[in-house]
Amino acid sequence: MAVRRTALPLGVPVLPAESMDWKAPMSDVKSARPLSPHISIYRFRPTMAMSIVHRITGGALYVGTLFLVWWLVAAAGGPDSFAAASGFFGSFLGKLILFGYSWALIHHMLGGIRHFVWDMGHADSRETSTKLAVATLIGSVALTVLLWLGILIFG
Amino acid sequence: MSDFRTPLRRVRGLGAAGGTEHFWQQRLTAVANVFLITFFVILLLTLMNESYEGVRAAFANPFVGIVMALVVVSATIHMKLGMQVIIEDYVHGGAKLPLLILNTFFAIAVAAACLFAIVKMSFGA
Repeated sequence: MAVRRTALPLGVPVLPAESMDWKAPMSDVKSARPLSPHISIYRFRPTMAMSIVHRITGGALYVGTLFLVWWLVAAAGGPDSFAAASGFFGSFLGKLILFGYSWALIHHMLGGIRHFVWDMGHADSRETSTKLAVATLIGSVALTVLLWLGILIFG
Repeated sequence: MSDFRTPLRRVRGLGAAGGTEHFWQQRLTAVANVFLITFFVILLLTLMNESYEGVRAAFANPFVGIVMALVVVSATIHMKLGMQVIIEDYVHGGAKLPLLILNTFFAIAVAAACLFAIVKMSFGA
C-alpha cells in the first residue's frame, strides 16, 4: 500500500524543531506540537504552486460572489438598476473582472476534479501528480481562452 | 497513557463520529458545483446580449429559478467550508473566532440576497 505524504499548504506557519515541547501531551493544544514538514527545505514543485493557486482562486471566487449578488439583485430590482449593472459588466473593467473570474472558476473546478481523482486513490505518485498539476494550469488557461474566443466570435 | 484527542474532542465524547462531516460536505457540494456552475455559466452565455425583459423572462422560467437557487445554496455552503479551512490554517489567536463568525455571516448573507432576488424574479414581482 502506498504511503500518502500530506504537505501543509504554503504559508502555514511551522515552528522550528528546537522550539517544540516534545514532552507535552498531544492533547495539550497550547503546546508547540511537532508540525511536519519543514516547508522551507523543499524544492519548488508544480504541485505546490497548484495547491496555493487552488486556495487563491477559491478566495477570489468567494469575494467575487458579491458581483453575482449585485447582478441578481439588480435584475430583480428593475430596468434602471439592471442597466447600471449591465453597464458595468459590459465595460472594459467589468469584462476584465469577468475574464479573471472565469479563469478562477475553471481553474478551481479543474483543481477540484484533481482532488476527486486523488480521493479515489489515483494519480498520487510524484511523477503523475506533477503532470496533473501542470495539466490543470494548461487546461484552465486553454479553456478560458476558448471560452472568450467563443464569446468574441459568437457573442 | 497518552491521549491523542484534543480536550474539546474528549468533552464532546463522540469518538470518531462526525469527524468527516466537513470533508464530506465539501466534496458533496464540489460534485454538485461541477454541474450547477456549468449550468450557471451556460445560462450567463445565453443571456449575455439579452435585454432586461429577456433576462426577466429567463428567470421567470421555473427550471431556471430552481436550478439557480440550487447553484446559490451549493456554492455558498462550499465557499463557507473552504474559507473556514483557510482561516483555521493561517489565523491564530484572537482574530480567529471573529473571522470564522464573519465567514458564516458572509456566506449566509450572499445566499439570502441571491435567493431573494431569484424568488422575486420567479414570481414575477
